Amino acid sequence: MQCGWKNNEPQMTARWTRKDLLGLRDLSADEINFVLETADAFKQVGTREIKKVPALRGKTLVNFFVEPSTRTRTSFELAAFRLSADVINISATASSLTKGETLKDTARNLEALHADILVLRHSSAGAPQFLADRLKASVINAGDGAHEHPTQALLDLYTIRERRGKIAGLRVAIIGDILFSRVARSNIFGLLKLGAQVTLVGPSTLVPREFEKLGVEVSYKIDDVLPKADVVNLLRIQHERQRREYFPGLGEYIRLFGLTKERAKHLKPDCLIMHPGPINRGVEIDSDVADGLQSVILDQVTNGLAVRMAVLYLCGGIAT
Amino acid sequence: MNQVKQNPPAAVPVMDAEAIRRALRRIAHEIIERNPQLEKVVLAGIPSRGVELARRIAGFIREIGKIDIETGVIDVAMHRDDVGTRPELPMVRASKLPLPLEERTVIIVDDVFYTGRTVRAAMDAINSFGRPARVQLAVLIDRGHRELPIRPDYIGKNLPTASREQIQVRLQETDKAADAVWLEKQ
Repeated sequence: MQCGWKNNEPQMTARWTRKDLLGLRDLSADEINFVLETADAFKQVGTREIKKVPALRGKTLVNFFVEPSTRTRTSFELAAFRLSADVINISATASSLTKGETLKDTARNLEALHADILVLRHSSAGAPQFLADRLKASVINAGDGAHEHPTQALLDLYTIRERRGKIAGLRVAIIGDILFSRVARSNIFGLLKLGAQVTLVGPSTLVPREFEKLGVEVSYKIDDVLPKADVVNLLRIQHERQRREYFPGLGEYIRLFGLTKERAKHLKPDCLIMHPGPINRGVEIDSDVADGLQSVILDQVTNGLAVRMAVLYLCGGIAT
Repeated sequence: MNQVKQNPPAAVPVMDAEAIRRALRRIAHEIIERNPQLEKVVLAGIPSRGVELARRIAGFIREIGKIDIETGVIDVAMHRDDVGTRPELPMVRASKLPLPLEERTVIIVDDVFYTGRTVRAAMDAINSFGRPARVQLAVLIDRGHRELPIRPDYIGKNLPTASREQIQVRLQETDKAADAVWLEKQ
């Protein structure tokens, strides 16, 4: 923190000093706001005649996705292109991980190629931290196990702030598979730090009362929560992972927790409907609701690009 | 925190509020003289003091030339050539320029003109919005020590300095302290 007339930026007190973005749990409210403000500036680059700035020219970014992902990876890739960085994509099947190479050895090889920024998605919680502690390169967590997905939460925060002008005091309901969701965790940390009230909703098997220790409310009755919510964030039911033991079936899930057309009528008229994607139309959200006026699902995608540009610029732009 | 608004030791006053006012007013006169098509001029300030200086110059032009000219903000952070060399990064702000820029004269406004690298970055930033007819440069202080072949079109005050000296500018609107320029000897 700096203050005083010798400061070159008298209005802004915070400075960015981190090389890595591992999660929102570590960040202060000031740092989160710093990223959101920076994203504002980068969002505007998309409206210029030349949608590209030289900020990371000459830097090499490695998109290392051990778990499959299309939208997060392409969002990071486009963000890197707009910052003039060079990008290499490595997926789990294409990498030597399938040949038994350890994560550390893979990382050392990436470093030997002089990669400056490593964007990592991994099925194990803590993998980005492990590499950040060992590499000179900036490490950006693009989702690690059920731990954190910081850029998703930042783009959710950005979208809420853009639409509602603030975050403090808003009631945010996060609905669905909370237990296995890194998106939920990062959102909880970010929303609480910025002063929102958070309610988690879902089957008790997927939303244990344990979560109340973080400072959120837990509810098993979606119909009590919806009329009071300013934001509804629906998480994808990961039915492909066959978590049959956690709830009896999709039909019952839809009946108890799905945002149906009927339920959506009870939302406040200015309540925002969010979803990190990909949507299961007709499961956690009805098709008409996903495409309705209250839905900001596509804004989230657009804002994701600006937020990731900001994160890459900040973490990749400082001296390491 | 407790040093706020105190003058540093060994600081020599260079301009007071009245001197700054006169310098900006003279720059406004020169801009009017040199740009017969004033309605095509955009004053683009570099944050944060350049933005305030552009606003003030536009005020003098309104008073003298009876014309409202447009102002804008040109952020240079994304276009700097020293990314990756600093241990901490300042805030990046959105640029705001009236579009399209074609056939317009963009006058970059900054407080202190030193190496020329900031202005080079500003010219790059402007080009990403379009191709103005011409780009000019107005600065409150030219302190010398150029590292690039760039020179200002409008100068409030020429102030030869040693490279280890520092120029401190403060403006009421951006620094919450009375307008002043100081030369600080290290």
